[in-house]
Formats: sequence, C-alpha cells, structure tokens
Amino acid sequence: MSKSPDKPLKQIHLAAHFPGVNNTTVWSDPEAGSHIEFSSFAHFARTAERAKFDFLFLAEGLRLREQGGKIYDLDVVGRPDTFAVLTALAAVTEHLGLTGTINSTFNEPYEVARQFASLDHLSGGRAAWNVVTSWDSFTGENFRRGGFLPQEERYSRAKEFLSTAGELFDSWRGDEIVADQETGTFLRDARAGSFVHQGQHFDIQGQFNVPRSPQGRPVIFQAGDSDEGREFAAAGADAIFSRYSTLDEGQAFYTDVKGRLARHGRTHDQLLILPAATFVIADTDAEAEELSREVRRKQVSGATAIKHLEFVWNRDLSAYDPEGPLPDIDPDVGEHTIARGRAQVRMYRDPLATAREWRELAAANKWSIRDLVIETGNRQSFVGSPATVAETINTFVQADASDGFILVPHITPGGLDAFADTVVPLLQERGVFRTEYEGTTLRDHLGLAHPDAGVRTSEPEPESVPASAGH
Amino acid sequence: MSSSPSPSSALPSSDPTAPSAALHLAVALDGAGWHPAAWREPAARPRELFTARYWADLVTEAERGLLDFVTIEDALGLQSSHFTEPDERTDQLRGRLDAVLIAARVAPLTSHIGLVPTVVATHTEPFHISKAIATLDYVSTGRAGLRVQVSARRNEAAHFGRRTFPAFRFEDLESPAVRELAADLFDEAADYVEVVRRLWDSWDDDAEIRDVATGRFIDRDKLHYIDFEGKYFSVKGPSITPRPPQGQPVVSALAHETSTGAPFRLIGRSADIGYVTPRDARHARAVVTAVRAEQDAAGRADEPLHLFGDLVVFLDDDPAAARARRERLDALAGHPYTSDARVFTGTPAQLADLLQELRQAGLTGFRLRPAVIGHDLPAITRGLVPELQRRGAFRHAYEADTLRGLLGLARPAGRYAATATA
Repeated sequence: MSKSPDKPLKQIHLAAHFPGVNNTTVWSDPEAGSHIEFSSFAHFARTAERAKFDFLFLAEGLRLREQGGKIYDLDVVGRPDTFAVLTALAAVTEHLGLTGTINSTFNEPYEVARQFASLDHLSGGRAAWNVVTSWDSFTGENFRRGGFLPQEERYSRAKEFLSTAGELFDSWRGDEIVADQETGTFLRDARAGSFVHQGQHFDIQGQFNVPRSPQGRPVIFQAGDSDEGREFAAAGADAIFSRYSTLDEGQAFYTDVKGRLARHGRTHDQLLILPAATFVIADTDAEAEELSREVRRKQVSGATAIKHLEFVWNRDLSAYDPEGPLPDIDPDVGEHTIARGRAQVRMYRDPLATAREWRELAAANKWSIRDLVIETGNRQSFVGSPATVAETINTFVQADASDGFILVPHITPGGLDAFADTVVPLLQERGVFRTEYEGTTLRDHLGLAHPDAGVRTSEPEPESVPASAGH
Repeated sequence: MSSSPSPSSALPSSDPTAPSAALHLAVALDGAGWHPAAWREPAARPRELFTARYWADLVTEAERGLLDFVTIEDALGLQSSHFTEPDERTDQLRGRLDAVLIAARVAPLTSHIGLVPTVVATHTEPFHISKAIATLDYVSTGRAGLRVQVSARRNEAAHFGRRTFPAFRFEDLESPAVRELAADLFDEAADYVEVVRRLWDSWDDDAEIRDVATGRFIDRDKLHYIDFEGKYFSVKGPSITPRPPQGQPVVSALAHETSTGAPFRLIGRSADIGYVTPRDARHARAVVTAVRAEQDAAGRADEPLHLFGDLVVFLDDDPAAARARRERLDALAGHPYTSDARVFTGTPAQLADLLQELRQAGLTGFRLRPAVIGHDLPAITRGLVPELQRRGAFRHAYEADTLRGLLGLARPAGRYAATATA
C-alpha cells in the first residue's frame, strides 16, 4: 500500500502469543525447543521486546484435554502458571506488556485482583488481563468450587467478577502512602483500600491490601465473536480478540464493534481490535508457499486428522485410515461429547450437515481424511516474503480491518525471530510501527489513557466487561 | 530441566538432621522488618516497598551471604496490631504484594538462594498453588519452596465471602471453640499440602516423549489422576504443569506449641522444614521431641525433616547499640516489642553462640527475622555469616544449585511413577 498524503498512517500494534497447547505448534520440528523451561519464555519475550512489540500473551487451560476418555497426547501438553511466569518475565524485559489469560470461574476476585495489582507493581505498569470463563464440571473437578455453572450464570459471574475486581483496584486512590519517617505517618487514610460489594455472586467487604499500581488497573482484554461478546467489549474492554480470514470479514467486524462504542460513551481509540494471526515467512513468496504446505502437513499428522474428524463425528474413528476416504457412518448427535476441555469442538453446531458437506468436498477433490482436515483447517494468516507479509499486515490495518495483530508462531521459542528480524524493519521503514518505545507502561504502548485515580466508592462500577468462552 | 542435586561432600553428613557443627540459615522477609516501627529507620526505604528493585536488593543481599533461602511473608488482608481484627492505625506499614509473585520476580536475578513464599491454605486453591510453585521452581531452576499458613482472621475471610470465623482474642486460644477451629484449619492445610504434592507428582519426570513416529507428544501412561477426595475439597488432576525441576519443591510451615498439637502435627505430617519458636535450649529440646513424635506418628520417621528455630534479631557490633536501637524503635511504636519468637538483641558473635547452643539442642537451622531489614539483613550477611564461617559452622560457598541440594534433601521419585513401574 502506498502512502497517502491525505490520511495519516495508522500505527500498527503487534503482540506475540507464546505457542501452546494446540496443533498449530509443531513440536516435532528439530528447531522446536522446550515449551516449559523458563529459558524458552525468556527468549520469546526478549525477541518480542527487541522487535518493540506491545505485549506478550499467554493462554490458559485448567484441565488437560481428553478425547475418548483419555488424555489427549498428540499436541503439546503442559504449561506454567500464568502469573508466576509473567512476573518472572518482568525481570528479563523492561517494556514488554505482560498479558495473562485468567479464568473468572475458578478464582475469587480478591485473589485475582491482588495478583494483577502485584504483577503491575512488579513490572512497573505492564500487566494485562484476558478475562475468560469456564463452563464445565470437567474443569471444575480440579477446584473447590467444583460443579457445573449454567451458561447464563457463567456470564453473569464473569461480569460481576470483573466489576468487583475493578472496585478493588479503585479502592486505593494512589496518594495514601505518605511514609513520612519524621512524623511517623505511613498512611494518610486509615480506610485505604476499603470496599463493600454485595451482588448475586459475591458478597465481600474489607480492605484491599495492595496499594494502587502503576497502571491503576491492568489493561483488560476480551475474546469472542458473539453479539453478546462484542457488546460487552464495547462497553468496557481495552482490547478485543477476533478471528477472521479475509479483509472483508475483518472490516465488517471492525466496523460493527467500533460502531458500538459511541452508545457506551466511548471513542474509537478506546477499544483496540487485535486478531490472532499465524504466519510463514521465507525469502520469496514461492518458497513461503512451499514452506506453508510443509508446515500444514506437520501440523496435521494422520493421527491428528482422525482426532479432528472425531470432533464432528463424535465417535471413535481410530479404525479409519487417515489416507483413506471419509467415514460412511453419520456423526453421533447424542448428549455425550468425545472431546473435553476443548473450546473449538462446539463450533460444529450441526454435525450431520458438516459431515455431509465434508464428504462432498472430499469426493469432489479426491481428498483423503488428512487432506480434508488440512484443507478445511485454519490456513496461516500471512504467507510470503518479508515484504509481502509487511505489506499485507499494513493493508489490513490501514483499511480498518484491525488495529494490529497478535502473532502466533508455530515453533517454540524461536518462531518469532524471523518476523522480528525481517518484517518489523519493513514496517518501521514505512513509518507504521515504532522504532523505540515511547512510554513505559502497556497503556502507553497501546495509546490508552490511565484510569483516573481517586475513585472511592462502594457503588458498583458501571456495567463492565464480562468474559467469553475460553481458549 | 535441571539435574538432580547431588549431596556434596562438603556437607557434614548425609543425614541433614544429625547434629553437627554446620547449620542452615534463612531470613524471613516482611516489609521493612519485623519491628512495627522498622519503616522509620534511615535504612528502611519505606517508599520502595512495592517496587521490584527493593525485593531484588534484599534477596541479592541474602544470596551474597550464602543463606539457604529467604521466606517472604504474606497475608490476604492488611497488617494489623490486633490478633484477628483489622485496626485503624496510620503510623505503621500497611499493604503488601503477593509473595509468590515477589519470589517469581527475583528468581531470574539470583542463582543459588532458595525462594520460599508464604501461601494461605485457608482461602486459596491447591491446584493453582501447586502449578504456581512448580512454575517458581522452573523460573528459578530448582530453588522453590513454599511456606503454608492458615488464617483464622475474620476480615480475611470476609474478603472471600465463603466462610465466617468467630471473633476471639489471643487469650481465647485455648477455648474449646477456638481449639476446634484451629484443628480444622490445620487439618485442611494438611490436605492442601497433600493435594499440592500429589499434583507435583502427577507427571512422571519422563512423561514428555516427543515420539515423532507415533505422533505422541507425551506418554499418557506417565500422567496420573490424583483423585484426591477429602473433607474440605476434592481434586482430580493431573496438573497442567509438568513435574518441577526439584520433583517436590520444599514445603515448610511455622508451628507453635498448643494444647491441641495441631500445628506440630502439620509439620510432622506434611513439611520438609518446620519453623519453631523455642525460648532457650531446654525448650528447644522439648519442642524437637514433640515434633519428632508427630513425625513418627505420621509414619515419616525415616524421612528427613528440618527443624529451624525462629528468632527476631537486632544485631549491632556493640551490644549497647543494639539495645539502644530496640529501645528507640519501641519508643516510636509506643510500646515494647514482643513476638511469638525469642527476640535477640546483641552482637553477631553473641548470636553465633546462641545458634550453636540451640543447634546442639536438635535444631538443624535457623530462620532469622530481621527487626529492621535494611540494618539487620546486612548485619546477618556481613557480620553473623563470617562469624559462623570462622567457627566452621557455615558454608563458604554454595555447594548446590537447588534448594533441596542446599538442604541435603534428595530429589524424590514421583510416587505414581514408582507404583507404575513396580
């Protein structure tokens, strides 16, 4: 895209998602390192900071996935505690934002608010919270709360959880600590941190014991494409994740969500739209296309293809040959689900229709099961030479299909290196991406205002952001 | 993953609990120090208490002194001068950061010292804490521990809104209602530690196989449901975090003598290190005997269990200076300082004498609580440590890279791995 003299260029926001527990991550590659050792996280974070990215992002899962009643063993399994690893990363970076996915179903607001406020202090103002919920008793089996939370309660708990945490963050104005060694006054106000919250899900009161943190409150992220999710994000989140594959779809989503802001008294720059994106880079476009095909074959082994087909068929298909035709039998549409702990399975709302469609596709193209899964699965978002990838990203942002991207490499931990070394300089040359950090906090990087201090009220916050489906 | 620590030949004995000249040394970090007026001393840095740099400086100083580990105090409510209730004071330090996160923040900046944050079993989830401490073990490459604590404070319970506790005063500790509550909280803490430990073992060390031929990242037979069912909670498992570098990070707890015996029982059943508060050598012997009896009763007689004496310390080269400092702080606080632990006021040489005497009474180490961290921590690392070294009672260099290694504790095999291969 050429520079237009009329319209100032938008600045692109870039972030990095540590590769994790799904078949995007190619663990079989000889270049793939540990996904649990701290050295991998440190390498990844330092690369993101070297590239002047806004933040690093961590997903979460609170129970190991199962399929057919057994722990799922084909993808990367295992990850660290979000808070502990992000706080350790604050020691090896200076500017990079630290975004953690934290569940609102199997936690309590006081504890989570305390952890985020602590992370914000210990990182000098770089904390962000991606709020998600869980819906199932499957995950609940690891927690005191246990049990099943009905869909509607899950959302209302999440909403109240977030607004309660907001009350705790705001319970310190920020000027209470005097620490005058001469006069012996430590606190200006004995009631610092006081809060009272009575609601449907939480009835708590007392004094929050972490003083106001550098950002006041962490940056709030939210995922989800549903109408409800869009509205919640428009009401109070600082950034929203989305997923789409084309410029048109991206623009439609962007226009819709940004259009909702005014009715909540907010402006366009108060909510960033940051889709997750994968990429494959090589010296030339042709080489990148070839590499992309190879990566997709590695991402979908024969065994993985069968397991993915089971998401739709909801049956044990282990007897089928992944290089052979699709099953003749129909999906099991009963109540039980073959895969647990996995959000995307719910995408297939009408398994019979999906199965019919897939059989027709496979027959028309002479695809095996594995071909079908590869061809219908998510393609890499950006494939090409560094120039092509930089151009495509810039086009999406300048055309208001997004405000930037959260990049998901397919290799741990070096998968971001090529992007940092080859694509980022091209974006910087175009004047659409920073060459130095201009502030110290994540809010600075994202162009978000710091929330006003001095809110001291026991009134609940105005409608705040709830969470949506987990990753 | 770091390799198993091998007990060094520099250690006096393969049994860490056998009396010998050498002792283990930890410091307990809390705000500006344990005296309520500590923040008013020139060395206190009270405006930096919520910064990473403050904590990094403290732990780095402790590591310079070759200490085994630091503990980091925590609580889920504001500090208070009352036993179970908040107060309205504005002349004392209030507010604190999450101890696990402080430990994680300083881990990459240090290389040998153990990091032992406090966790409150009463209001938190063992699943979350298990993975948090496992992660602390990863980010510190094998130097993590935890200090488990119960809370009967009403205000902290109100922060969670899930349970209520009766009001009581220190004098009510032996009343039937309080005794029952305490027994319950300590039993819950024992279950909590059991769940945390099972979750650490829920992955065998070699569970990650990356078998390209079969496409399997893990061998699922090396992951284990823990299926814990107890009075207070049930937890299925396995952990989401692979087995940490030390296999089992070090579990510790503070216990006072009570007529129920519940605190000593928690140490006997669940801990690798117990912190106790003896008044003198004779009392130390009695405490050691009582805890060892609980250890035997729990069927752990053959397992190593460290017993560390807790002492609050005012350290100065001149004993009169230490006394004067204590009096000055007491005057600022408006009352004489008292503690659950013995308060020592004197010189590093006098403290070394006392520690060696208590060591002979059966304690294997000491956790010193600096009255003023800015003053007494350097007095420990630069005064006490050289004094102990001169006497052959303390290490001259770190002999191991893990906390278990420093403490002479072997890296245990996973309990499920053992049964699976049997």
